[in-house]
Amino acid sequence: MPETPLDQLIKRLSRLPGLGPRSAQRTALFLLKNRDQMMLPLAEEMDHVARHVRTCVECGNLDLQDKCSICLDGRRDHSRLCVVEDVSDLWAIERAGIFSGLYHVLGGTLSALDGRGPAELGIDRLVARAHTLQTLPERQPEVILATSATVDGQTTAHYIAERLEVASLKITRLAHGVPVGGELNYLDDGTLAQAMKARTSL
Amino acid sequence: MPEWSDTGIILSARAYGENKGVINLLTSERGRHAGLVHGFDSRTKKGIYEPGNTVAAEWRARLSEQLGSFQLELIKNPSAVFLDTPIRLAGLSSICAILDVGLPEREPVASVWESTIALIEIINLAEEEESWLGFYIRWEAELLRRLGFGLGLEKCAVSGLADNLIYVSPKSGNAIHRDHAGGYEDRMLRLPAFLRSDALGASNDGVDVMKISDNALEDGLQLTGHFLKRRLFELVNKDLPQPRLRLAHLVAKRYNNS
Repeated sequence: MPETPLDQLIKRLSRLPGLGPRSAQRTALFLLKNRDQMMLPLAEEMDHVARHVRTCVECGNLDLQDKCSICLDGRRDHSRLCVVEDVSDLWAIERAGIFSGLYHVLGGTLSALDGRGPAELGIDRLVARAHTLQTLPERQPEVILATSATVDGQTTAHYIAERLEVASLKITRLAHGVPVGGELNYLDDGTLAQAMKARTSL
Repeated sequence: MPEWSDTGIILSARAYGENKGVINLLTSERGRHAGLVHGFDSRTKKGIYEPGNTVAAEWRARLSEQLGSFQLELIKNPSAVFLDTPIRLAGLSSICAILDVGLPEREPVASVWESTIALIEIINLAEEEESWLGFYIRWEAELLRRLGFGLGLEKCAVSGLADNLIYVSPKSGNAIHRDHAGGYEDRMLRLPAFLRSDALGASNDGVDVMKISDNALEDGLQLTGHFLKRRLFELVNKDLPQPRLRLAHLVAKRYNNS
């Protein structure tokens, strides 16, 4: 029996993260029951996003223009560059409102297992970009390596730091240790060791 | 239903499907063993699956030849301690990457387990890089031997002499006396003093961090790297793993800068 468009929709939905065949069926039925309020607007928005959202040529963020609004914003600090693994990390930092500089999205980490090397991550492009950071009279340009606290994440950070060594840049990375609300009793030995290493004077 | 419990070191973790992962462990009694974990992407569990971590593993399958599934509990996570130190992090990643490809699956290798656990502990405790890198190179030489590709470093392959062994033939893996390289000195690999059979037989006290010179570490890494590549990785059509190349690069950079 040939597949109906509904079957095809369910099949496609079931490939989305977090959805299996049963939940895809439920989603499709929900959408059909709410055609005007949900299904058609959703279809329109998806169509619009698919056609118009682009990857920023400078930083790798997603936006409607070739250069994203963060890169174009003259009020942001153009002497600081925060390197993140993924667009979702950029969104997390933006959501927290703690950083007013520019970003660079790597699109992953160096991983021998997944065959991702410096070329796949465009490290050369990042190095070239770091050299163009604005130098202010009161401070040197800074590259903040905000990769995840994993073996691959930190290997990537060390590699980038090594590549940027020649430039007159300040290179920093995010702190590792006790999370806010975390109890020492529940922390693993490694995290505790990191926290102890990174202790600060009061 | 076959099942077992053991202690293991995580060698690699690869996402499988949406929320599962395939983990490769070096276990104390069963050698390298793979298994599936559920909830691989879970925020609370993700940190467990970092290479180099020691875990308590429970494996279960319907049939013994199946992949089966793991329940893992973290015992120790050296990866977290090494995050700040590029060279140690590369060392730990290199150990895991070499064992992940180099060890046969489900064949007990108790000696490799013991030496690997000891090496990770040494990397953790060592104050200077020089003091663990020598052990690391010896671990690679020992791994080659355990896998049947040992180097002949006891005597010169040409003259039979046991002193002044400073070269190793890149083809045979045998030591060569200083005066018997037959004009091929530039093609020979250099044999660092701490890898000679007399040093290999020494007790840990005798090792004395072996007063390893900077060049000796580079020579040692080049020597074991050459044979790991030729005798282990080329057999499975692979190059030396990236972390191993990175370790050699970091060591060369460290000593060429100083």
